[in-house]
Amino acid sequence: MTSLIAPGDEAGVAAAVAEAAAAGEPLAIEGRGTKRAMLRPVQAARTLSLRNLSGITLYRPQELILSARAGTPLAEIEAALAERGQQVVAEPPVLAAIFGAGEGPTIGGLVATNLSGPRRITAGAMRDHVMGIRAVNGLGEAFHNGGRVLKNVTGLDLCKLLTGAHGTLGVITEVTLKVLPAAERSGTLAIAVPDLETGVRALSAGLGSPYGVSGAALLAGEVPRALLRIEEFSESVAYRLGRLREALGRFGDATVIEDDESRALWRGIGEAEPLDARPEDAVWRVSVQPTAGPGVVAAAGLPRALLDWGGGLVWLAGPATAEAHGRVMEAARAVGGSFTLFRAPEPMRAALPVLPEEGKVLAAIRGRIRAVMDPKGILNPGKMYTA
Amino acid sequence: MIDLPAPKPDVMARREELLAGLRALLPGDGVITEPARVKPYETDGLSAYRQPPLAVALPRTTEEVAAILRFCHRNGVRVVPRGAGTSLSGGALPLADSVVLGLMRMNRILEVDYANRLAVVEAGVTNLGITNHIAADGFFYAPDPSSQLACMIGGNVGMNSGGAHCLKYGVTANNLLGLKAVTIEGEIVELGGRHLDAAGYDWLGLMTGSEGQLAVVTEVTVRILHAPEGQRAMLAAFKGTEIAGAAVDAIIGSGIIPVALEFMDRPCIHACEAFAHAGYPLDAEAMLIIEVEGSVEEQDMLLGKLKEICSRFDPISLKVAQTVEESLAIWKGRKGAFGAVGRISPDYLCMDGTIPTGELPHVLRRIGEMSADYGLQVANVFHAGDGNLHPLIMFDANDAESFRKAEAFGADILKLCVEVGGCLTGEHGVGVEKRDLMPVQFSPFELDQMRALKSAFDPQWLLNPAKVFPLEGNPVLRQAA
Repeated sequence: MTSLIAPGDEAGVAAAVAEAAAAGEPLAIEGRGTKRAMLRPVQAARTLSLRNLSGITLYRPQELILSARAGTPLAEIEAALAERGQQVVAEPPVLAAIFGAGEGPTIGGLVATNLSGPRRITAGAMRDHVMGIRAVNGLGEAFHNGGRVLKNVTGLDLCKLLTGAHGTLGVITEVTLKVLPAAERSGTLAIAVPDLETGVRALSAGLGSPYGVSGAALLAGEVPRALLRIEEFSESVAYRLGRLREALGRFGDATVIEDDESRALWRGIGEAEPLDARPEDAVWRVSVQPTAGPGVVAAAGLPRALLDWGGGLVWLAGPATAEAHGRVMEAARAVGGSFTLFRAPEPMRAALPVLPEEGKVLAAIRGRIRAVMDPKGILNPGKMYTA
Repeated sequence: MIDLPAPKPDVMARREELLAGLRALLPGDGVITEPARVKPYETDGLSAYRQPPLAVALPRTTEEVAAILRFCHRNGVRVVPRGAGTSLSGGALPLADSVVLGLMRMNRILEVDYANRLAVVEAGVTNLGITNHIAADGFFYAPDPSSQLACMIGGNVGMNSGGAHCLKYGVTANNLLGLKAVTIEGEIVELGGRHLDAAGYDWLGLMTGSEGQLAVVTEVTVRILHAPEGQRAMLAAFKGTEIAGAAVDAIIGSGIIPVALEFMDRPCIHACEAFAHAGYPLDAEAMLIIEVEGSVEEQDMLLGKLKEICSRFDPISLKVAQTVEESLAIWKGRKGAFGAVGRISPDYLCMDGTIPTGELPHVLRRIGEMSADYGLQVANVFHAGDGNLHPLIMFDANDAESFRKAEAFGADILKLCVEVGGCLTGEHGVGVEKRDLMPVQFSPFELDQMRALKSAFDPQWLLNPAKVFPLEGNPVLRQAA
């Protein structure tokens, strides 16, 4: 068991990092630790937790802006937004079906991992809605980037650089998000399709329509189901589902799933519940161009799959073996895509690349960026790459 | 006036040798050195600043770009990347010892893939060129900066350009999938791809808006969207800016996100009306143009809700377009705003700050006071949904004192934007124009950290130097004498 440091303010975070930097001792960085098992294990005697750095610091519904300390639970933010009829745009997942329920994710953890749900396909990812950030670099120096306005191109965009960097370039202490009104109503068109290829064609036709589809997933199975979501005012949901049904009927029998059931369905898809990952399975998340999704499923040859983002996000589950991992990596590489070994036993995560290797040029720049942001190499070392 | 670093003596001394080297890399007419042909490259959209470069290089392929960068890197020559030269912040302003690397000959659309909703285009394709190419099939590329007829996608990436419709569709960074770029060493790298959210550091996000500081973009994979069934606008005019601001708050609070929500103040209304005869109410202090999308029935439903909301704020005028033609008439004045201001003043500076939208009345009042103090007129256009403010400061470029005052007035407005919680630039970029204001928004440490990241890509500071970061405290560049 590693020892836990859990400061209550940014100065405490800065002091803890500065001390670790002076001693050259690595730190594992986390919020409430729900995604500790994601990517490579970090070898660190001490864990720096943001759990005590919590609370919403600014919420201006009319300005579509919310700021919160990094350790604020997602649930707290969603509750505050719901009171004003708003939502976190990217629909970030809890991932209880993959990592267990734990204490629930924090907003800092979701930004650090850049995890987005079904709405990502049309409304953007977590990284698209981080308007401002406060963080502490690997020497314990606090800095900010971006701000609390929706349009800002002043200086280099470190918000995007830190989003998805898994804590390796800085410890995020506060984030400012663009938020948006939640739609009055949700509705889904479900089409029974003969195979995954036909399913992706149906999703492509829907996403390439004027009807503003906000979710496009494909459930594998004996009869795969292509699902297209509309989130709008009530009148528009009925109208747009009707038009989609006319346009997409040629792909298979279509039924409409109404409001509450539609919401529950998409919550489950965001959580990768239909993947039905077994406790002993490894789980991969592959991102490719949508039409390549079914080919990735076939090439990986794994027993369980779920497609979201129009077919471009491929969840896979199967035996936690190097051989299966090799097939997934090759399937993604063959179509120019990306992968994450999302969940696996620790020895497997420690031994295999959990993300695609970058070419020599980018790897060298990455090393120099790390040297700027974390010269002692103490922030989540080895979490993403071995070197 | 903004200081620029002194030319490197060794580069100036070796001018002929360097030009011969460049010509060998781009045979034919790829290198321009005759003063008359270099002239158009002396300046960009910030035309108060001019500087002829050493030469202009106009490559046609990524490999040629790589060869030029490799050559310049080896010889310590500074490089200024340039698209159409529409930057309003001086982002493409040459230095005397620099090679302008113009991407305008790389203007091919390489691929359109409707099933995956993407297009692969070279950096010199114009913003509107993408949409024009796919419009017949019902698709469009969403970011729409007002220079979209001329500006190029490579420059849009460099500045992370926005537009009037980004409240709904996002800015450039939100509409990209991949980039091909060349480092200062001449290495070709591919960032992102044809898929969303590649695992690893967000190179795409870091590059977008980096103003040519990190690498030169040669190819861009953009997301494309199907156009909505239709769109229609309404106009609402109010007795005060506070009242119009409250109406904007009520609209956003209602759960409607209009595709555009434009605010004009009294001087802007008058300038536009005199120019375009769009039927704008001249007794109004503030006017909103609100646009919605969808089927005709959906437009009616949304415009009905919006009309009801606006009517709560004692409007002077409420006009809902019934047809596409009426919609265009409402937009006509706003779209001509720059031309309209150009007609009443020989020159103007178009500023670009962002503020929390709730601060608008306060900020407009302060700008009005400054206008009186400086003795310069100003008209304000505001993307009300996202807080991006464009004050147009009118001055006379033939009068040095008038220009000096206009620059000082502009700087004061941007400082005010930061003071109320906003930022120096929402979509035009820092360039040279706002470079020396950066310490208003960032601490010395924050600037040093950003400079170090620039150095991680470009240790010798050869790529578009003297932009974005103040010269004072710069690790490599020396200030001009």
